[in-house]
Amino acid sequence: MPTTKPKQKIFAFPNMPTPNKPVLIDPKVCKGCNRCVQICPSDVYIPNPEKGKPPMIMYPEECWYCGCCLMECPLHQKGANKLNWPLMQRVRWKRKKTNEHFRVGMPDPPPPNKRPLV
Amino acid sequence: MPTKKPTSRVKPTPEGWPVAWPYPVDYEKENRVSADVLVLGGGLAGCFAAISAARKGLKVVLVDKSAVLHSGAAGSGIDHWMFCPSNPASKVNPEEYTLDPILQYKGGYGNAVADYITARDSYEALLELEKMGMKIRDTDDVFRGAPFRDEQTKLLFAYDYETNTCIRIWGTGMKPSLYKECKRLGVRILERTMVTGLLNENGEPGNRVIGATAVNTRTGEFYVFTAKAVVLCMATPEHLWIFSTEWAGLVGRDGPPSNAGNGHAMAWRAGAEFARMESSTREEWGGSTGIGSVMFGSGCTFATWHPCSIVDANGKEIPWVDKDGKSITHLSARTKPGPNQNFISLVLGGGEGGASSMPQLIPDLPERIKRGEYKLPLYADLPGMPAHERRAIFGLMIGQEGHTWSVYHNLTQAGFDPDQDLLQVYELGVAPPSWRRMRYGGLVIDWDLRTSLEGLYAGGQIIFDGIGASHACSTGRWAGKRAAEYVLKAAKPKVNLKQIKAEKRRIYAPLKRTQGVEWKELECGIAKVMQDYCGDTKTEELMKIGLQYLTEIKTGEADTLYARNPHELMRALEALDILTCAEMVIHACRARKAGNRWLFFERLDYPENDPPAWRKWITIKQIRDRVLTGDLALDFYGSLPDNYAAHNK
Repeated sequence: MPTTKPKQKIFAFPNMPTPNKPVLIDPKVCKGCNRCVQICPSDVYIPNPEKGKPPMIMYPEECWYCGCCLMECPLHQKGANKLNWPLMQRVRWKRKKTNEHFRVGMPDPPPPNKRPLV
Repeated sequence: MPTKKPTSRVKPTPEGWPVAWPYPVDYEKENRVSADVLVLGGGLAGCFAAISAARKGLKVVLVDKSAVLHSGAAGSGIDHWMFCPSNPASKVNPEEYTLDPILQYKGGYGNAVADYITARDSYEALLELEKMGMKIRDTDDVFRGAPFRDEQTKLLFAYDYETNTCIRIWGTGMKPSLYKECKRLGVRILERTMVTGLLNENGEPGNRVIGATAVNTRTGEFYVFTAKAVVLCMATPEHLWIFSTEWAGLVGRDGPPSNAGNGHAMAWRAGAEFARMESSTREEWGGSTGIGSVMFGSGCTFATWHPCSIVDANGKEIPWVDKDGKSITHLSARTKPGPNQNFISLVLGGGEGGASSMPQLIPDLPERIKRGEYKLPLYADLPGMPAHERRAIFGLMIGQEGHTWSVYHNLTQAGFDPDQDLLQVYELGVAPPSWRRMRYGGLVIDWDLRTSLEGLYAGGQIIFDGIGASHACSTGRWAGKRAAEYVLKAAKPKVNLKQIKAEKRRIYAPLKRTQGVEWKELECGIAKVMQDYCGDTKTEELMKIGLQYLTEIKTGEADTLYARNPHELMRALEALDILTCAEMVIHACRARKAGNRWLFFERLDYPENDPPAWRKWITIKQIRDRVLTGDLALDFYGSLPDNYAAHNK
């Protein structure tokens, strides 16, 4: 019988509160300026111990999805971070003319609608 | 802004945790700060209080548990400026605007002092915000010709396009504008600093308030503030009956989860008097504004979404009715007063038994769905709305209201197009039994917005029966001015070292323990006691047991509460404040021995609704561990214009 022994060391983890990824940070874009750490009303972030790396979301269950960290992020427009509504909050909609169904986070999503805020 | 730069060089373990605490910690290190006016809480009310006191040339210190730029309930924005009959396009006078809803829709149970100050001053406050840099009118003429736009002022109105008392605003800029103005006026701002207690003269609860104690939530350092006057501008607790880490923001809805009743608890310990603490409503579930939903992130007709059309699965439109339940057919009738109605007033505090002044969807919709008349699911029909309504709802309101800046971006990024797409409406309902939320319990105030304690003023939601951004700004602004006037004749404060020492012992205790109960378990436990003994069904016996249970927790489990760093210490102290708020609520519920549908209050043992002998506010306060109840006449406000003038010299 073939077996698969993992090459990496395996760790045990305590269960995290769920959902636990309120904000997705792209480490390729984020420069670790920690602006979000400074302004988060719930103080859910802590700075990364490694300078220049994205902050860590230490207290995800305290996030109330206000989005202020995105509003203040100098690299938000470049894709540094994204508010990640948990699976149970990914709302649906229907195209009036075609009756096609869509939802937030669906595979193969429609193209973004680019109209800015008033 | 931030406290101190992170100094940690420790690398995380391979699995990521634990990480060395990133801020320099110095527990119990004492910092002394003195001020003329000390403002506690840096939300809308706190900022306005600080600004109006600073304009009088006083030394003002503002303390906030978060970072002022985006802290508080409106930290991420606000889309309506309610209660604004003082604007130039309004057709309602402030007296009528204040009293009509209280008498018609609230059974007389309203706080006309704060409401009238708001009605009179909220337009001035809005103009001040405009001067500070916030956009309040359609200067780009996006909505030219829309029925909700006043062409002269370019103000945009909501709900009632005939009488014009609620203004649509670009409120994502509100906190940044206020923050900048505080800085410009030289207000000293201390952030990530959690106020833990008020200081009384001679250390005696009930005496004049002369300062506060605080702990930094990153460094753990201790603060002693002394001031000639204190303005308390904190919010109502968000989680008393419900606590869950599995729902976004610890089920925080009207405010962030940090709204843990700190202000209520500290004012209670200082001996201040409260009213309306018995009032709570069953929590909403799902929909667009209840637990488990993205606030305003799905289709509805409430507030930000008013007056959006709703259609069923086959595209059949759901009819609307006016406030009397009479069918209305035309879209324009959703945004004007009904027959026998002078204006649409925003009656907040609805819920069980709450009367509405607003046109709304047919109230028997659930039954008609069951009969097959309408097919689920329902959708918000933005494409079917006139272009300016659609753009105002999705692009202005959704975008500026708290949380909705990211609603707009998340939905449009995901491909949602308001011109073509129907956004699903999720079933609106109530949460499980006894999942309740406190409704507007807070401090008793006089016409100076002074509390029952000398030296202690109040602004915003902590004033009983208060809610809303314009209320917060107007009352904060008023309280700041009155506090500043008091400062001129106030004696120099002298703190009592014993009170400080006792507070220091209390707040650092969780750090001295390494095991016991953790803050989340404590909050869950308190919430369960509130559900079981002070929930939908209230009786004397149940509430007595509930109070005993809370006392046992206080001297038992809560006395084993532990914290391992300054952040956990903040949450632990919040849990203790929640415990205090829970006790306050039960005391108030026991004191009202009659049902009251205006306050959403039911007792099995006193089923009669609002009998004449109980038509009054019940007040509670605590002096030297004794709870004293009292009452306050419903018309405690007296003549509105006379009192306003007499206290606004």
